[in-house]
Amino acid sequence: MPNCKTVIPYAGTPEQEARLQAVIAAHKGQPGATMPVLQQAQEIFGYLPEEVQIMVAEGLDIPLSEVYGVASFYAQFAMNPKGKYQISVCLGTACYVKGAADILSAVEEHLHIKPGSITPDGKFSLDACRCVGACGLAPVMMVGNDVYGRLTPDQIPGILDKYE
Amino acid sequence: MNLVRSHILVCTGTGCSSSNSLKIIDAFEEELRLQEMDREVKVIKTGCFGLCAMGPIVMIYPEGACYTRVSPADVKEIVSEHIVKGRIVQRLLHMESDEGGTATSLSDTTFYKHQYRIALRNCGVINPEDIDEYIGVDGYAALGRILTEKVPPQKVIDDIKASGLRGRGGAGFSTGMKWQFTADAKAPDGVKYVACNADEGDPGAFMDRSVLEGDPHSVIEAMAIAGYAVGAHQGYIYVRAEYPIAVKRLEIAIGQAREYGLLGKDIFGSGFDFDLELRLGAGAFVCGEETALMTSIEGHRGEPRPRPPFPAVKGLFARPTLLNNVETYANITWILNNGPEQYAAIGTKGSTGTKVFALGGKITNTGLVEVPMGTTLRTIIEDIGGGCPGGKKFKAAQTGGPSGGCIPASLIDTPIDYESLSAIGSMMGSGGLIVMDEDTCMVDIAKFYLEFTADESCGKCNPCRIGTKRLLEILTRITEGKGRPEDIQRIRDLAEYMQASSLCALGQSAPNPILSTMNHFLDEYEAHINEKHCPAGVCKSLLNYYILTDKCRGCTLCARNCPVQAISGSVKSPHIIDTAMCIKCGQCIAHCKFGAIIKK
Repeated sequence: MPNCKTVIPYAGTPEQEARLQAVIAAHKGQPGATMPVLQQAQEIFGYLPEEVQIMVAEGLDIPLSEVYGVASFYAQFAMNPKGKYQISVCLGTACYVKGAADILSAVEEHLHIKPGSITPDGKFSLDACRCVGACGLAPVMMVGNDVYGRLTPDQIPGILDKYE
Repeated sequence: MNLVRSHILVCTGTGCSSSNSLKIIDAFEEELRLQEMDREVKVIKTGCFGLCAMGPIVMIYPEGACYTRVSPADVKEIVSEHIVKGRIVQRLLHMESDEGGTATSLSDTTFYKHQYRIALRNCGVINPEDIDEYIGVDGYAALGRILTEKVPPQKVIDDIKASGLRGRGGAGFSTGMKWQFTADAKAPDGVKYVACNADEGDPGAFMDRSVLEGDPHSVIEAMAIAGYAVGAHQGYIYVRAEYPIAVKRLEIAIGQAREYGLLGKDIFGSGFDFDLELRLGAGAFVCGEETALMTSIEGHRGEPRPRPPFPAVKGLFARPTLLNNVETYANITWILNNGPEQYAAIGTKGSTGTKVFALGGKITNTGLVEVPMGTTLRTIIEDIGGGCPGGKKFKAAQTGGPSGGCIPASLIDTPIDYESLSAIGSMMGSGGLIVMDEDTCMVDIAKFYLEFTADESCGKCNPCRIGTKRLLEILTRITEGKGRPEDIQRIRDLAEYMQASSLCALGQSAPNPILSTMNHFLDEYEAHINEKHCPAGVCKSLLNYYILTDKCRGCTLCARNCPVQAISGSVKSPHIIDTAMCIKCGQCIAHCKFGAIIKK
């Protein structure tokens, strides 16, 4: 299990909390509401810190352990904030066969971070992801919503330097 | 309705969207407006054409011209030449790499010639965001006929049985039988569910995504029919959140179907109610397993549970549930519209119909192909796929992803159907087909899959949680040159325990990639273990640097740049690397001007 407790202090605004309460109210009592609520909570806050999980547990009237159990089970739920630019390097089979591991190393070297972490200035966070489905463009990397395909390791510094 | 003289179809599947096809659409609309032709030429967003390697793809009808690797900068030329003057832009036409000829339309290409599109029949043909276009290609006709003519549910089930359709998610269970079991099951309160497995987690597979992006209504219609046949009024589509375009198009499609009264209360005035809800996955491979998928829809950790009871008896919220895969549903309306006999006539006796494959890896035409069952691997790889790029030698193909196995080059004439694949130790799987060439190390690939399953094991049962971890440890040490002779037997034993005692298919099938690569490429394992050598030159710890004596001019540049003085030799005579001292930093290769240093 990756780092589940973040060191970054909670900084949710009353406005975000009000939005979350509205989501909880809309789903309360519906069977299987935990996941849709957590998905929207993550959209509101960007990640799921302990404080948000407590709000979801109290709001839906389910044990916090169950909320934490669900949040820690699925890869998409993050308990750490993400960088301004989220980098995902696809390590799906098609990309792997075409050298995605070298692309990932190039990004790691350039930013001096490992997958699952964030640069100290909060600019980039790096993740190795499963197939993004753009196998025709393998190997593929995403920076935010921008997709870069048919990559070679030497292109990485040039691409990342564009994000300031 | 406004009549138009030309249609410009632009692929907006994930592959082409990733290479800017949305900007191409904007450019076309802008250019047509400037030329004042936006009323006579229509730009249409379609789903995947399949030839993802050549994306973004633009098709122009009525000529049927297929332009590939189009960029927004090409749009002006296409409009002024093709649309205005009627001259096809030759330089952008899809080139056939093997014959050097230029095909005007997709159906002329060898990529499409061997294909038979049923599940993908509307992908790249209609606008998936417009229900009228689906209705225009006989969409909702099957549902309408069944409901208005009051076709008995048993007749629908009998038709599906007669078609011979088997589950396209991988296991290949008879779809008709599954429908029958769910129809026969009794729920205490009469509630049953229909569900669609769109949690395509197999890395390197994108068949279901393309169907949902290109033809979402075919799945919705099939689910409504399934609901009628088994007696369910509520359906769930469990789709990966990593597929934002598919999710968006499904939302649009469900909204339009409700608006047209094709979902909701009293469909076609028949008194039959059916509605659908989308549930998003959150990145857990195990949720593709049917019982795990249902626990996930129920809002819990996606952990599987023992079967029986099977979902058909006790599934979602403890009610009888019919769960089929996206591609399975995509075949349903075709079967009902064209007759089960016609479907059964395609393919082989045991495996009828067609199968969609996502071709990826070391292959020229990466993309989506749909072929009749029983087509040989050779046809798929050499004819449709165009072989391995760069003239490399085909080594093996992996089907079934992390649960499947590999098919070596020696078995390239194997027909692709459920029975033939399991007979050679692979499996159909959901349709991922990854091609590997001589530069791929089979031990490394097995390790890649084990990393995946070890990471994705949900941890509920010990054989899978601990077994995948131990297998991965053994494979890791083999690729690092620390393998032991007894490791091969140890892997076989461990694999047997996992197959026999894991709770769900994830653990039971996790050893498959190792077992099948060991069966067909044992020599590679032995080379790694006994000779500490990686024949494909992939496993970094096993690589050594060598100087080719015939190419070395004795310039001494490498020796001077070697940080550990591992290179010796006198001026103007070939140098030599002491592999025991070498730290594999690569400085020598970077400095050599004659290409005389190699890694192997």
